[in-house]
Amino acid sequence: MDKPTNQNIRIGFYVCHCGSNIAAMVDCPAVAKYVETLPHVVLSRDYKYMCSDPGQELIQKDIAEHKLTRVVVASCSPLLHEHTFRGAVEAGGLNPFFFHMVNIREHDSWVHTDKAEATTKAKELAHAAIMRVAMHKALEVKRVPVHPDALVIGGGIAGIHAAMTLANAGKKVFLVEREPSIGGHMAKFDKTFPTLDCAACILTPKMSEAGSHPNITLLSYSEVTKLDGYVGNYTVTVKRKPRYIIEDKCTGCQECVANCVYKEAKFPDEFNEGLGKRKPVYIPFPQATPQVVVIDPKTCLNFRNGELTGKCKKSCVTACGEKQAIDFNQKETFLELKVGTVIVTTGFKAFDAKRMPQYGYGKFPNVFTALEIERLVNSSGPTGGHVVLRDGKTEPKSIGIIHCVGSRDKKTNRWCSRVCCMYSLKLAHLLKEHTGAEIYNFYIDMRTPGKGYEEFYDKLLEEGVHFIRGRVGEVTDWAMSKEEMEKGKLVIRVEDTLAGYVRRIPFDMVVLATGLEPQEDAQSIRRMLNMSCGTEGFFLERHPKLAPVSTFTEGIFLAGCCQGPRDIPDSVAQAGAAAEALVLIDKGYIEQEPNTAYILDDECCGCKSCIPLCPYTAITFDAAKKKAVINEALCKGCGTCVAGCPSGSIVQNLFDDEEIFSEIEGVLAHE
Amino acid sequence: MTTKYSYFPGCSLKGIGRAYEESLLPVFRALDVELEELEDWNCCGATAYMAVDEVKACVLASRNLAMAEKLGHKELLAPCSACYLVLNKTKHYLEDSPSVRGVIQKALAEVDMTYSGNTPVRHPLDVMINNVGLDAIKKRVVRPLTGLKVAPYYGCQIVRPYATFDDQHDPQTMDRLMEAIGCTVVHYPLKTRCCGASLTGTLPEPGLLCSKILLEEALKRGADVIATVCPLCQFNLDGYHHNIKKRWGDFRIPTVYFTQLMGLAFGLGERELGLHRGFIPMKPLPALAPAAVGT
Repeated sequence: MDKPTNQNIRIGFYVCHCGSNIAAMVDCPAVAKYVETLPHVVLSRDYKYMCSDPGQELIQKDIAEHKLTRVVVASCSPLLHEHTFRGAVEAGGLNPFFFHMVNIREHDSWVHTDKAEATTKAKELAHAAIMRVAMHKALEVKRVPVHPDALVIGGGIAGIHAAMTLANAGKKVFLVEREPSIGGHMAKFDKTFPTLDCAACILTPKMSEAGSHPNITLLSYSEVTKLDGYVGNYTVTVKRKPRYIIEDKCTGCQECVANCVYKEAKFPDEFNEGLGKRKPVYIPFPQATPQVVVIDPKTCLNFRNGELTGKCKKSCVTACGEKQAIDFNQKETFLELKVGTVIVTTGFKAFDAKRMPQYGYGKFPNVFTALEIERLVNSSGPTGGHVVLRDGKTEPKSIGIIHCVGSRDKKTNRWCSRVCCMYSLKLAHLLKEHTGAEIYNFYIDMRTPGKGYEEFYDKLLEEGVHFIRGRVGEVTDWAMSKEEMEKGKLVIRVEDTLAGYVRRIPFDMVVLATGLEPQEDAQSIRRMLNMSCGTEGFFLERHPKLAPVSTFTEGIFLAGCCQGPRDIPDSVAQAGAAAEALVLIDKGYIEQEPNTAYILDDECCGCKSCIPLCPYTAITFDAAKKKAVINEALCKGCGTCVAGCPSGSIVQNLFDDEEIFSEIEGVLAHE
Repeated sequence: MTTKYSYFPGCSLKGIGRAYEESLLPVFRALDVELEELEDWNCCGATAYMAVDEVKACVLASRNLAMAEKLGHKELLAPCSACYLVLNKTKHYLEDSPSVRGVIQKALAEVDMTYSGNTPVRHPLDVMINNVGLDAIKKRVVRPLTGLKVAPYYGCQIVRPYATFDDQHDPQTMDRLMEAIGCTVVHYPLKTRCCGASLTGTLPEPGLLCSKILLEEALKRGADVIATVCPLCQFNLDGYHHNIKKRWGDFRIPTVYFTQLMGLAFGLGERELGLHRGFIPMKPLPALAPAAVGT
């Protein structure tokens, strides 16, 4: 890395109009004219679209014709086109790192309103880049091999689909699910909109296929607790929670369940949203995958506070007989996996309706959440598909469905949860079919964008379901004295914004269309995988349009509701896309940005102060040489150690002192 | 240890709602909270002035805030709901609107005053729950009001538009407080519904209807008494029984300040707590131990 001598620095500068995106606020020809006067600049041009093919060809042509050795483009964010221009420079025969990019769109034209000032700023930024690029050194992109196995975290519909796609392409996949069965939220649904397909009929074959696929290792009742290693080469630690059943020995015959000392099921059943009951030994639902029972130590008589008591007569063990699948001594175990790519499909959490006390969930028994209704209308649900009030026997004659509970609200979540309008329509249809009740939907706006969705809405209108436009104020048991029809009912108070007055409508049953939220532990997953989150807490994709399933970490992909609310078709489509991981696996390597830090061995005094500073644990200590060592593959080029080193003996490629100081000089040079 | 707050009584607590002050002061004293009344405080502007000219109303209210800051106690206690809302609203404008802040600061400078915005405005319920604490309150109870069924009524202004210390739709602080002194709290879904406010004086028909709805529902829920935090609510619910009876029939139930009930539980005398001032007397009292006279 010789310091370039002055003679061989010949800079070409290009300022992009980006149509009118930049040119409307920055006088591009004036910037080009200004840069022309700067040292080492051989040519300076303004051009309408630098990222276009002719724009890129222009750079290549100029490199040859004008013997350019450095290139600067002033245009949009490097996030968008740095890669493009580096490619053009490389195609022109230069090292791609003899290029620098100036952002005069996001950082300038888009955020300023005074053309003269914005133009001055563009000149200053360009000047800085010219000074900096003169100091650039040739760098080399390193290739890191990618381990061919993949990990999918979360076994809902998105995770199942992503795992199947990879497995069908011949890749080995580990599918980790924290519940005793895969299936996720979709397994709880009765029908799916707008086709009214039975959710179980379309999901469960996929579940069992995933469960038995030779390329898929299904790790249910397990959680990923740690991710070590670096891009393309991760070591994953998976915690396997004890289910007190030896999975390989259990045949799913459920003799143990039938013979449990509890003759009657008496504990709230998680799968049925607490509406049904289960025993301490149970299988979550008939089509659970794997078909393996689980023992809940919180309710099993053989345990107390998680400790074995041996106080139960263990009739389940007797019932299991020679299969000997029950093992009360099972402990938590940890499994280490080697994978190259990770697909995150951790899903969503339904909004907790208790956070809106004005709707009375938890206070009035006959206020239900939408998920509870999914179970109530389901023929394999706790009531066998018989829709009844919380008393277990009365059929509702009138039902109000409140939309946007915990969505589109500054006080809870600002976003639209996307699926609630449609699932409310679906539930309205199913409830009408099951009970013949009068059904009202209370909505802010009806959002039905999707194939066949608007048509489904039309169908509901024809079925005689009522629609009232207005956000519900409250659900109350306060009956006005003269309105006998309100006595003992739940009264919905709402401003009917189309009719223009406040209405009170009494109901037997109220359904809350709760929105979608990030999972409670989304933040710890995010930290573990080094991902980013949007302000609302959903995982952030690399680019909302151009890289919607990638993350900022190479080799880690996203799909389904962990990235934002979406319905089943969209989740599946995205999960298919997340199998982009395939491309990486088949390519076999990842290219690494060379902007990593390295230690100047002669200067490092071995004080170790950099080691705890590194957020990526990329620095270790070589005890023999008494020097710090940076693992290039782990280093993300954040620069923390460079700034922190007391002896100044850490240097970062593309950000060495010379380059940064020249850049500062440049930005200050313009008057 | 005694805690000190600046105290802004506002006009109601010196006039129509004097029973509020009469009960508030000894109750806080019993809880080792000292209140120092602002000297020369002025009208908060209430809802009326805010409706006419918000900026001028803020100027008027800010003089009280400036005085509180000068007095040097960390926080200002404003028991009347209207004062509490207006002072908080003024604080919000001072923080969020540079133009209003400019007008206020200029006006204050005219009379050699300043306000930096550092004095929070607190409500007695907030202080009782979050500073004094339910445990300390329970310790002070000498005759729990066991068996007294209370409908907790919060009114609108302490929860709307700002829900500063309690839930906007289903506030709970007074519920917890009433339970702490031994009362039974009845489920009262109208706890933040309008009492009719100043409509009772201007458009009596809808105003009285609001009050009647509240009284009727409290009775329906089996309450012996309505507990309130607001002088205007107390006045509307207590003072118009005659007019309500003429229109819709008798809905006789006393409405008292929550501090009066606390005082009773703390062993203070009825007169001492201003309980004799209500139109509908809170009688008979539940089976209480004989009231101790004096504190």
